[in-house]
Amino acid sequence: MLTELTRTVEPLKITDPILDIDGLYLYYGNKEALRNISLVIPRKQVTAFIGPSGCGKSTLLRCFNRMNDLIEGIHVVGTIKLDGEDINAPDVDVIQLRRRVGMVFQKYNPFPKSIYENVVYGLRIAGVKNRTILDETVEKSLHAAALWDEVKDRLRESALSLSGGQMQRLCIARAIAVQPDIILMDEPCSALDPIATSHIEDLIDGLKQEYTVVIVTHNMQQAARVSDYTAFLYLGELIEFDDTNKMFTTPSKKQTQDYITGRFG
Amino acid sequence: MIRQQISERVSLPVQRVRSTTGEPMVWLTAMGLTIGLAMVVYLIGLIIVNGLAAFWPTRVAQIELREGGKAGINNAPRLGGKIVKTQQKAIQGEEARDQSEWQVMVGNKEVYGFSFKYLDRADIAKVSYPADIMLIERLEYGEAIGMPVALQIKGAGTIPATDAEFTTRLQSLVTEVNQRREAIKRIEQKDIGRINAKMDVLRLQQRALERAPQSGTSGPAAQPQSLQEAMAALQAEYEVLAQRASDLRRQQNDHVLTYRLITGEERRLALGQIVHVSFPNQLSIWQRLGLFLHNVWVFLSEEPREANTEGGVFPAIFGTFVMTLLMSLAVTPFGVLAALYLREYAKQGLIVRTVRIAVNNLAGVPSIVFGVFGLGFFVYLVGGTIDQLFFSTALPTPTFGTGGIVWAALTLALMTVPVVIVATEEALAAVPRGTREGSLACGASKWQTIQRVVLPAAAPGILTGLILAMARGAGEVAPLMLVGVVKLAPTLPVDGLFPFVHLDRKFMHLGFHIYDLGFQSPDSDAAQPMVFATTLLLIMLVVVLNIGAIWVRDRLRKKYAMGAF
Repeated sequence: MLTELTRTVEPLKITDPILDIDGLYLYYGNKEALRNISLVIPRKQVTAFIGPSGCGKSTLLRCFNRMNDLIEGIHVVGTIKLDGEDINAPDVDVIQLRRRVGMVFQKYNPFPKSIYENVVYGLRIAGVKNRTILDETVEKSLHAAALWDEVKDRLRESALSLSGGQMQRLCIARAIAVQPDIILMDEPCSALDPIATSHIEDLIDGLKQEYTVVIVTHNMQQAARVSDYTAFLYLGELIEFDDTNKMFTTPSKKQTQDYITGRFG
Repeated sequence: MIRQQISERVSLPVQRVRSTTGEPMVWLTAMGLTIGLAMVVYLIGLIIVNGLAAFWPTRVAQIELREGGKAGINNAPRLGGKIVKTQQKAIQGEEARDQSEWQVMVGNKEVYGFSFKYLDRADIAKVSYPADIMLIERLEYGEAIGMPVALQIKGAGTIPATDAEFTTRLQSLVTEVNQRREAIKRIEQKDIGRINAKMDVLRLQQRALERAPQSGTSGPAAQPQSLQEAMAALQAEYEVLAQRASDLRRQQNDHVLTYRLITGEERRLALGQIVHVSFPNQLSIWQRLGLFLHNVWVFLSEEPREANTEGGVFPAIFGTFVMTLLMSLAVTPFGVLAALYLREYAKQGLIVRTVRIAVNNLAGVPSIVFGVFGLGFFVYLVGGTIDQLFFSTALPTPTFGTGGIVWAALTLALMTVPVVIVATEEALAAVPRGTREGSLACGASKWQTIQRVVLPAAAPGILTGLILAMARGAGEVAPLMLVGVVKLAPTLPVDGLFPFVHLDRKFMHLGFHIYDLGFQSPDSDAAQPMVFATTLLLIMLVVVLNIGAIWVRDRLRKKYAMGAF
């Protein structure tokens, strides 16, 4: 477990962006929820969104895989480009987008099926039937989610028989199984105890070898432990986006400083 | 200073106000529940006791009447029968005598003209239970009660009742007669039935040819000839089988039983008419129990006789079961799909709200209205059209254009669909949002989410709706009378002839059977035990269906339990 900020400080020139957000506004009916968000998410790094409750972190996260489409009355202006292509264009296949951008939710939500079926769910709906491929994927994904050793003997048992931390790791395995480019995590540890939380944090560190991770957290220390880059949002606006080391030691904006030192929030 | 003020304050009297503790309401609600439960238990108990009493073999009494009285049948000094009921006389006499009366089942309807007789207790001198009184269950005229005299066996002389072998010979011959009757039934229903079906097909082909214009080529001209040959062959087969059946029928009347009624008349009965012989006063408790179970089995597995007052109700059980099954098959996809559309796909607005209100109100429409709708729409319109298109050669005899089990099932499905829709909608709404979002986030389309995650999780609730629909449908009688139920159906809707499930056949139904027995039977006293027994059976059938569905639902609940949170 990394307790010290020992990453090398890189200049904030993101050379390899995977997501490019430009001039994003989001409205719930008439109410403005996100105002003029412009930032770039770097590839194969961990980016954290921090900020007080209700500042729009989760809303922004849900824009990246268009989960906000499910809510009536939401209106989005601006561009979000995934590898150069606008994801809000009318001809975009949302199903394909969600396969490339996976999501892990705050409240773990495994399906009432077996552990095996949970992990291969994404593959089955994509039409994969080959038993060998499914078995291999299950093993790989559960290894990557650090859950294999605990469940390898009971893959056919109900997923609901696991503990909370295990269920969340199962959801991560489920998201990984379809080999996404990005994994979005919406406060993944807020429903878990500290030991399960530390397991997940270790996991995130390993995930960034292959996947880009964007994590929303209300726990600043977690952001400091886990992420490479941090974005601070407040009341729907992006206040600061910088390398994690730099933001937590020498933040550029006073609001950031106040939030980090606990003056408000 | 403040402390002083506080201690000087007048302390408020703390009373236990009765209305705040809620005790009276606890008592009131408990009483309401108890009264409801007591009523249900009493009703079920009444039905069970009366229903089972119909099968319990009771003793037959020999009743000696007082001298000079006119209470006997045809002025005979004694009579015999089963004492069925004791009650106070409706019109009380003046003397200080016993004012109660007995209802006695005397049997022998073809001799007396009736089976039940009321006797004043005051007119009775002595009651005894002689051991060799015989109770004969017959094909016609119900039961016969009398003392055995002799058994005349074809080609083997006469055995008097005093002979030690009499009873054993009688019982073995009765068994033989019953087996032969089964054989006759098999020949007539299965074998001859099959030939009749084939002949019907040929006849229809002939009619089609007669109606079609002559074409002049040799093809169609040869056809009538081959048809006629086939008909002749079938006719020959039929003759052979019919001859066999009539031979067996003749054999049924080979042996004759002579017996004397308690009132004195001597009667002869061909053994072929006998279904069962017993000596009720000789039976031990175990034999009674065995006879009881035998009677229950006969009730469940035999066909009715004697205008539905005797025999069994198997065709009605089968018809009710098949119809309920067909109704469930029809209502489930219909109801679930409609609820899916209302809840998941339709844009929630005024139109959807109106549709939901309309669906809920459909549940309140009187069931006879559904019967009329079923008659007009399903039977005449849809059935008539099917007849025009596919069965025109059989016209004017309707195939589907008349009542049938398929139309009855569809009518009841329409009647119970609101229940299924409402239950399914509730079940779909109860699936947590997180589960749906998790599925969509994996890249599933909306339909895949519904099919793979939402519907399985909602399955227990949907089954609840199905249970309620089945319970309601199995008990309705009024709409069925218009769309396909009959008092006596010659065949079952499912049998061994292709196409095995005959959707156009009329059928019998337990609920209608109860109505028919209770209100339309020529001998209501004789029918009363059957009414209770059939009611008990209908209740048990519905309970069994419900328990089955509840068991399936529990298994699904365990499988799809949504965790602690």
